[in-house]
Amino acid sequence: MIVEIENLRKTYAGGFEALKGITLTIEKGEILALLGPNGAGKTTLISTICGITKPGSGHVRVGGHDVVTGYRQARSMIGLVPQEINLEPFNKVIDTVTYTRGLFGKPRDPAKIEAILKQLSLWDKRNSRVVELSGGMKRRVLIAKALSHEPDVLFLDEPTAGVDVELRKDMWDIVAGLKAQGVTIILTTHYIEEAEAIADRVGVINGGELLLVEEKDALMARLGQKTLQIDLQEPVSEIPEALAAYALELVEGGVALRYSYDTRGESTGITRLLRDLAAAGLSLKDLQTQQSSLEDIFVGLVSEGAA
Amino acid sequence: MNWSAVWAIYQTEMARFFRTIAQSFISPVISTSLYFVVFGAAIGSRIDEVEGVSYGAFIVPGLIMLSVMTQSLSNASFGIYFPKFIGTMYELLSAPINFLEIVLGFVGAAATKALFIGVVILVTAMMFVDVPIQHPGAMVLFLVLTCLSFSLFGFIIGIWAGNFEQLQLIPLLVVTPLVFLGGSFYSISMLPPIWQNITLFNPVVYLISGFRWSFFGTADVPIGLSLLAIGGFTAICLAAIWWIFKTGWRIRS
Repeated sequence: MIVEIENLRKTYAGGFEALKGITLTIEKGEILALLGPNGAGKTTLISTICGITKPGSGHVRVGGHDVVTGYRQARSMIGLVPQEINLEPFNKVIDTVTYTRGLFGKPRDPAKIEAILKQLSLWDKRNSRVVELSGGMKRRVLIAKALSHEPDVLFLDEPTAGVDVELRKDMWDIVAGLKAQGVTIILTTHYIEEAEAIADRVGVINGGELLLVEEKDALMARLGQKTLQIDLQEPVSEIPEALAAYALELVEGGVALRYSYDTRGESTGITRLLRDLAAAGLSLKDLQTQQSSLEDIFVGLVSEGAA
Repeated sequence: MNWSAVWAIYQTEMARFFRTIAQSFISPVISTSLYFVVFGAAIGSRIDEVEGVSYGAFIVPGLIMLSVMTQSLSNASFGIYFPKFIGTMYELLSAPINFLEIVLGFVGAAATKALFIGVVILVTAMMFVDVPIQHPGAMVLFLVLTCLSFSLFGFIIGIWAGNFEQLQLIPLLVVTPLVFLGGSFYSISMLPPIWQNITLFNPVVYLISGFRWSFFGTADVPIGLSLLAIGGFTAICLAAIWWIFKTGWRIRS
């Protein structure tokens, strides 16, 4: 594992407990998406690992180095793309990226900087001042800075917040490219589809607690609800009495019935339902199934935690 | 030591200075020339020699000190306040560097800029009056130590300041009056005895006196005391910065 977090707690000066004993391990080369509503503790967690915020208690190790006692080695391995677009406006793109490489103790390497800027489609803008760039380009500059010292672990704090759909897809491609290079990526996001599209594992954080961390596919399979929509030949005004046990929903003006079932169950009840539909005299036109999204799972977990 | 980080900070801070080189260079030349027109020619012509030195030459060390102190303060305080203001402080806090390396980069650059301006003023002054330098080694030492100590002080102000108003507060309301009342343009022996004693509580007096001694060989206070004062001030500022980074005061939550 490359990141180990052990019972990490953080209480701010005002008394707000932002992290309530987070324990988490992150494997080398994986993409972990941390989902959570505003104020859940995502940014505090990242800030504490990166050294921006002091941990209250507990331990964080990156590459086996404690982030407090071995901060030089630990931080050398980390790249951080912050949530806000914080850049010195009057610096040239190439200078600000070179500056970050220097800060992290790496010798000058113009070829490396050139490769990073090209990878992020920034090479043509290398002599532009940051203030002249669009919001999307500035976000790329932040990523270029974070990559300038060739980190093993990259933290992306809401990397696609406020960017258009096209740029968001570009970002996903960039992340996929970094993963292919062996970089471990931890990203926080509000966009469930982002986690669904690029993460290997998903963590759900709320109220400073890690509610769940699981392989994305396993999570969806384990918690996923499926829906069967039954389109009828003729519309019905009400659900027949004989089908009351199935908790069906009458939708689309009576021409379709919706049946929800749990894929974890030993029996889904579909065979019996279809038989009973025929016995009730209903003719079927079509069948469709739909799996619940990660968003449904996330909303379910967060509401459960809040209850 | 992460020298690469020190150099990166130093270079970036100096780049900011060179981006506005005309302003950085021309402004002290003009203001020094104005001081000479007003104090040297208009008022100075009515003042006899001070401690055996023409008034025009007498004010040169004070003028240099005035600019060097204010420039050191403003450069260093702005240098560290700006990353706080625009939010790039995260980069310094998450980099593998310690407080000494951050200070060396920022304070080193601020002191270099102030030193540059001090030299520009000296050269400009030499175009107006003959300025003897009896102890050039001591002159350089005092100049460098003043740039350094006031840059350290400015760094502390920059970390403390929560807005641009606070950034200007101490330089304008405390330091500038102390510099003007510290014998920049007069010898404290010209004051009534009671004010001479009160003035000795002004730490700037010791710096200006020592610096002036390096030019003319005369001083308001013993040279040893001047060195002690500037050394002590530097040590206090360094200790304060060490404490700031140890506790994270105003920079790390």
